[in-house]
Amino acid sequence: MNFFAIIGEALRALRLNRLRTGLTMLGMIIGVAAVVLMLAIGQGAQTTVNQAIASMGSNLFIVLPGATSSGALRSGSGSVQTLTISDAQAIAGLPSIKTTVPLITGTAQLNYGANNWSTVVTGVTPDYFEVRDWAMESGEIFSDANLRAAARVAILGSTTAKNLFGEEDPTGKIVRIKNSPFQVAGVLVAKGQSLDGRDQDDSVFVPVTTGQRQIFGTQFPGSIQFMMVQARSAEVMEEAEIEINRLLLQRHRIAEGMENDFTVRNLAALAAVATGAAKVMSLMLGAIASVSLLVGGIGIMNIMLVSVTERTREIGIRMAIGANRRAILTQFLLEALVICILGGLAGIAIGIGGAWAVSRAADMVVVITFGMVALAFAFASAVGIFFGFYPAKKAAALKPVEALRYE
Amino acid sequence: MTPLRHHASSEPLIKVENLCKIYSLENGGNGTVNSQVLFDVSLTINRGEFVAIMGHSGSGKSTLMNILGCLDTPTSGSYWLNGRDIAKLSDDELARVRNRNIGFVFQGFNLLKRMTALDNVAAPLLYAGVSRSESRKRALERLQQTGLGKFAAYQPNQLSGGQQQRVAISRALVNNPQLILADEPTGNLDTQTSGEIMTIFQQLNREQGITIVLVTHEDDIAACTRRLVRVKDGRVVHDDEVPA
Repeated sequence: MNFFAIIGEALRALRLNRLRTGLTMLGMIIGVAAVVLMLAIGQGAQTTVNQAIASMGSNLFIVLPGATSSGALRSGSGSVQTLTISDAQAIAGLPSIKTTVPLITGTAQLNYGANNWSTVVTGVTPDYFEVRDWAMESGEIFSDANLRAAARVAILGSTTAKNLFGEEDPTGKIVRIKNSPFQVAGVLVAKGQSLDGRDQDDSVFVPVTTGQRQIFGTQFPGSIQFMMVQARSAEVMEEAEIEINRLLLQRHRIAEGMENDFTVRNLAALAAVATGAAKVMSLMLGAIASVSLLVGGIGIMNIMLVSVTERTREIGIRMAIGANRRAILTQFLLEALVICILGGLAGIAIGIGGAWAVSRAADMVVVITFGMVALAFAFASAVGIFFGFYPAKKAAALKPVEALRYE
Repeated sequence: MTPLRHHASSEPLIKVENLCKIYSLENGGNGTVNSQVLFDVSLTINRGEFVAIMGHSGSGKSTLMNILGCLDTPTSGSYWLNGRDIAKLSDDELARVRNRNIGFVFQGFNLLKRMTALDNVAAPLLYAGVSRSESRKRALERLQQTGLGKFAAYQPNQLSGGQQQRVAISRALVNNPQLILADEPTGNLDTQTSGEIMTIFQQLNREQGITIVLVTHEDDIAACTRRLVRVKDGRVVHDDEVPA
């Protein structure tokens, strides 16, 4: 038995019925293209989410004040400023904590020359930029001396810088925040959207002390709106959460049975939820696309069964001139496989083209990996073998004398 | 596996003993109905013979041919081809016997549609594992032998009945079989073409010593052979030389 000659026979049979072969292949093409496209979109969504999570900074807690009750009236977290800079400093001293950043934030109007821009002003410590893993485009981060002196210095997000200064370099220039002059220490690199879709670059950062005393004012001296806490590593996150709670309970003198006046939020857990959701979405897209591949496979099986019936006499002739069962099986299996492989290749090409079109038209991130293409191809071949096997087996099981007599 | 053609030539090529064939038919839920087509057929054919098997339709002659051609198996009885017990062969070995030792010629030609005459003739060699170029060369030789060399690139539907049957004979010959089985090879042909086909068979038998067994119901076709076996109601009723 000459294997290559049998491939030739299979190709000849497929060529003889071009329209039917083409239509059967179309089912495969659509299935594989759908799988590639859906995987690309799903992977793209995952990548987008992962980038947003990475841009938050790693191993972070947010500690919010509030959830206090006065009498029967309960206010939401953040409604009372119960956290102070000294709380932040105390937490920074815990063994599992790397650093803490106290924050105070609000909206303010900025002016530069004839331009003005309303944006979020946030009072932070110099550590903030390291915690957020946020580098400077130009200029420098303000110093600890600036922090202690509550100096009027500001660091601009790139959107703010563009809106106030256009093409000009803002470093060293004076902007007015709520009409007070601030010297621009530098401009941050663009960071893009946060998880909730805000433009993180539409922002201004000043020393937290400056924010407290000169821009927003505080209820009590040293009080802050919330703080960011960075643990030393992902492994000590649980431990850190317990330590923060214990320390704050002690510092705020909260007795057993009293409601906490602060809330500790683990951002890693939040990130895990977002990643999980993206994964589920991409799995679901893949599953939906596989259904069309399955339908394509059933189409192949259907056509191959018709083909075996139609060609019963041909099978009988081939058996009479010496084809054994394996040769017949191989020929019909190869016919199904050729449809799947050619259809699979075309489907991959169309899927990649479609993904590209989607990324251009809908401005979405799509990601195509070699593994994805290999998976789609392997899946297509498996469908060919799986759905081609039964008809091929049926052809090979025919009795020579009966197949020859078939009209 | 030893090719059969190397066996001692003193042995008969075909030897069947007490061959019976019973067909079991489903009878619409009322169990099966058995219908016996061959009754204790015994027959010996030696190398180089040219035998006609005659009988009315339903006499069992086609069933006998199918069993001789290893396309069908008997219900009981034994069949030795070249001294080999056919009942003991697997499906693959039967396919090999059909490929190497037997050439078939059918009433309806049974060529593969939409394949050229050359590819049709070369088809058995594909299953014998012969290379493409070698099989094309041998196929062309066989087509020339039956006088169809010029028609190698034609497809069956472009050829006349007689030409198609010549292609079929070329195909039967391509793997150098010892035995040619022809089931009513002239049944679809006119008298003149039938005569031409019979001349080819006679030449093959006389000049190359190929054993030919041919089924027919026409007396003048049977007259071209050298031995006549009559089958009636599943039994051999006559077996004698054809008077020259």
